[in-house]
Formats: sequence, C-alpha cells, structure tokens
Amino acid sequence: MPHIALPENQPGIRGAMAFRPETAKPLNDLVEVLLRGQNSLSPGERELIATYVSYLNDCHYCQSIHGAIAAAHLDGDEELVLRVKADFQYADISEKLKALLVIASKVQRDGKLVTAEDVGKARSLGATDIEIHDAVLIAAAFCMYNRYVDGLATVQPRDEAMYRERGKMVARDGYVRISKTYLPAEPVER
Amino acid sequence: MAHIELPAGLPGISGGFAFRPETAKPMRELAHVLLHEPNSLTPGERELIAAYVSSQNDCYFCQTSHGAAAACHLGGEDVVRRVKTDFENAPVSPKLKALLAIAGRVQRDGKLVTSEEVERARREGASDVEIHDTVLIAAAFCMYNRYVDGLDTWQPRDAGMYVQMGQHLAEHGYLKSSQR
Repeated sequence: MPHIALPENQPGIRGAMAFRPETAKPLNDLVEVLLRGQNSLSPGERELIATYVSYLNDCHYCQSIHGAIAAAHLDGDEELVLRVKADFQYADISEKLKALLVIASKVQRDGKLVTAEDVGKARSLGATDIEIHDAVLIAAAFCMYNRYVDGLATVQPRDEAMYRERGKMVARDGYVRISKTYLPAEPVER
Repeated sequence: MAHIELPAGLPGISGGFAFRPETAKPMRELAHVLLHEPNSLTPGERELIAAYVSSQNDCYFCQTSHGAAAACHLGGEDVVRRVKTDFENAPVSPKLKALLAIAGRVQRDGKLVTSEEVERARREGASDVEIHDTVLIAAAFCMYNRYVDGLDTWQPRDAGMYVQMGQHLAEHGYLKSSQR
C-alpha cells in the first residue's frame, strides 16, 4: 500500500502525479523534452538510457514501462532492451550509445564519478556536447523519478502485458498528451 | 573545466541551464513549486530539506546555495549547519525532523522509507501533501545534485557569492525573470 492516500487504479508515477498535479506538470514537461524532444539521439536510444538507469536503481515500475516504451520505438525488440540491462557492452547498439551509457551509469551512482576520459571517449565516438549533456541529465532525472515512485511505495504491478500495451501508447502519444488522461482537469481543492 | 562547453562565468546549475534552456524551464518550474510557492511547510523548512539532501550527496554548489537560501529565510546559518551535521538534535520542529528522516532514506533509495517513518511524521502532524513533497524534494535534489556534479560545472569557493545567491532565491524563487 502506498505511504500516502494516492488515487486508486493509477499505478506507479501516475498515482503520485494525479495526487499533486502542480508538480506533475514540470515532471511531465521535463521527461517529454528529454526523451521525445528534437534530438540527434533517437527516442529509442534515450529510452534505453532511462531504462538502464531505472534498472540500476532497481525501480520495477520505471524500468518496466520505459523498457516497454524503448521496445515500442525499436520495432518491438524486447530482446535488445534485456541485453542492454544485462550487459550493454555486448548489446547490438552503437559504440557511441555504449559510451553514453557508461557516463549515465556513473551519474546514477554519483555525478562526481564521471571522468574526462569517459567524456573524451564518448566524444571520440561522435557524441556532441548536447548528447553528453542529455545523457547526464536523463540519468540524473531518473534518479529522481525512480526515488519518487519507490519513496511513496506506489503500486507497481507485476504484469508485463500491461507495461507492453502502455508502452506502445506512450511511444505513440508522448508523456504530456497522455497525462491529460490521468491528471485531474480542475485544480485539486485542499 | 566542465565536461562540455558551458557558457562562461555562470556557476553551478546556471551553466547547465544556460546551455540547454529547453530542459532548464521545467527544472526551474519544479524547484519553484517545491521550494517557493505557498505550502504548509515554510520555504525555510523546504530549503533545509534541499540543503540536507544536497549535503548527503556531497554537492558543494547545491548544499551551499540552498543552505544560504535556508539561512536567509530562517535568519541565520547556525540551524543550517546543525541540520546538516545532526538534524535530530537541531533546533527544528519534531515534524521537520521526521520529514528529514524520510528525505535521508529517499536520498539513498526510495525503497528504504518505512511505514514507521511515515507514521512518525504523521504523528508529529505532517499531512499527506507534506510527506509527498518531502519525498519529491529529496528525489529532485538527487537529480539536481547529479546534474551539477555530472557536468563538472564551475562551483566557486566564494562564501559571499552564495549569500547573495541565497538572498535572491529566498526573495524571488526559481523562475527566470521572463517566466515570473
């Protein structure tokens, strides 16, 4: 049971967002820019970074839903998502993305662990400053989303089919648009 | 030197914000709602939670700037220093101590928050919104801290600069002047 009285039937972050729409707005705007905004990294690549960091933080809801969204962007390739989580160095992704995942995994532990060598390697494989910036911020942001979802003890169903279906919808419609379906239309009276 | 080419002369998160205004906007809005907008927790109490989590994450820029904002709201640095070193014995309310205990858990891992800790906060008078906001402030500073450190932003050792910054944040909050 969640630590506070969250709206029922809204698993994971959705329950928390419906409880507090004032903070839901910037939280959705941020994830929309980071994972779906105009970018030289594809949405699938960015979702893989989000999934990997959520896996390192052991957040069931976030790694499941973002893994499903990543797969939906990547022609339904759930196998690739599993391989990135298990050992991304041997996954069928670009060398540039591997270098960005190294940076993301350092940020997941502590931003100070990122070295000039890590960044130099990403750059030598073609990463731009914006891509490096975004890899750092995606990793940092999922250290927030994961803690938010787990820290409130939100409902996190063990139901792969649910995540797969939802993942397709989010990949198609995006975070901000889909948030209209679960955020209250009117400000909450307290 | 920062890991990427950030605009010169802007300390800490301001360098990251100026480099990427598209992500700066929601990040500023989030901090503004969490720390500055009216709430049953005072801005000083919320800045103390932010400063405490940032000190646990060992982020110099964030703990110093939010510590300065807290000091400005609360009329002194002593309480900030004592919250960072040992909040259970700091001159803050029993409710805030219970919320800081929750924030300290979230800083390590959200799954560490126990129902006993939430009960303690509730017993000391914390509302569901206050518990929610404590969890989200702690989680959000796990983002801001990693962002500031992960880009290796410029974090000057200049006490006067942070005092000024703290006053500005305490007075105006976190939106850009064009967003206010």
